[in-house]
Amino acid sequence: MSARVVTVTSGKGGVGKTTLTANIASALASMGKKVVAIDADIGLRNLDVVMGLENRIVYDLVDIVEGRCRLRQAMIRDKRQPNLHLIPAAQTRDKMAVSPSDMILVCDQLRDEMDYIIIDSPAGIERGFRNAIAPADQVLVVTNPEISAIRDADRIIGLIEAEEKGPGRLIINRIKPEMVARGNMLSVEDILDVLAVSLIGVIPEDESILISTNQGLPVAMNGANGSIASQAFQNVALRLDGKEVPFLDLTPQTGLLNRFRSWIDGR
Amino acid sequence: MSWISRLLGNKENSSDVAKRRLQMVLVHDRSDVSPGLIAQIKDDIIEVIARRLAIDPEHVVVNLSQTARESRLVAEIPLLANQRQH
Ligand SMILES: Nc1ncnc2c1ncn2[C@@H]1O[C@H](COP(=O)(O)OP(=O)(O)O)[C@@H](O)[C@H]1O
Ligand SMILES: [Mg+2]
Repeated sequence: MSARVVTVTSGKGGVGKTTLTANIASALASMGKKVVAIDADIGLRNLDVVMGLENRIVYDLVDIVEGRCRLRQAMIRDKRQPNLHLIPAAQTRDKMAVSPSDMILVCDQLRDEMDYIIIDSPAGIERGFRNAIAPADQVLVVTNPEISAIRDADRIIGLIEAEEKGPGRLIINRIKPEMVARGNMLSVEDILDVLAVSLIGVIPEDESILISTNQGLPVAMNGANGSIASQAFQNVALRLDGKEVPFLDLTPQTGLLNRFRSWIDGR
Repeated sequence: MSWISRLLGNKENSSDVAKRRLQMVLVHDRSDVSPGLIAQIKDDIIEVIARRLAIDPEHVVVNLSQTARESRLVAEIPLLANQRQH
């Protein structure tokens, strides 16, 4: 067994990297895979609260790297999903406390016992980003249907190629189908037209994500029968695992008037 | 936007505007050529061509265009009908 290392990154902050890392990791675990999620956002620890494991932290990634603990001691096992683990980031240090080769070393130690290592990257294109992609076998680029986020995604896609970690795959998060239908939000097709990258997931805007983050219970833990976002996360996990899964139909349930309007608009 | 919406005088969707702006921005980002540099090149081209030909400087268009494979600089330079004075 040798784990695949998957890094979730974006360039721009706040687009959903941490949410996706938690949910993809949980969805893979629910498929029976052995998974560890690593928070590489040193100094801005968040993956622990999104996964609901913040009360169980004793050691962190920097403790491992600086030899204050063994790797196993910093790895928290999720009691709700025994296949799922977390290595938290340090909260009071900065990105320079870890180097790209430290990350490669940590992942190499985990490869034998895991199926997937999912790394939550910080925003930006500096040290934290370099740390996060250094051990990656596959990089997932998260964007939102918004000019600034897509521009940053394009830059990241280029950097990933330059670092010979390409080709990255794209996740479009926070799509609002009604806004797309009204012509007020870039569609999945628009985004794929401008970015030279293959799509691995489309996640709709979904209130259940905030609710489940409040509770520290990733929506993907409910399995595919939960919300629409939870299904979308499961699908990303399946595609990552090499399965062919059709993309969810996110077109809004429209009334007659809207249907007439979209017919007029030629959509 | 479809021809019917145009016929009905509908305004361009904000997503169409976003896409157009995004395409422009990405062309410049990817080639690392700024819009300011293009503007300078355009002025240079007008100056050089105008020495030999009567052109319509107001309608000269210089753009970067891009495909997956290559970037190219595209210039459109309308000539005036009467070239005799040059
Ligand atoms: N698909 C979505 N629908 C609704 N809210 C979302 C969605 N994705 C992310 N969010 C919210 O957006 C915010 C930023 O997400 P986060 O994962 O922390 O981004 P990042 O790690 O990229 O900074 C969070 O409050 C999160 O709950
Ligand atoms: Mg984050």
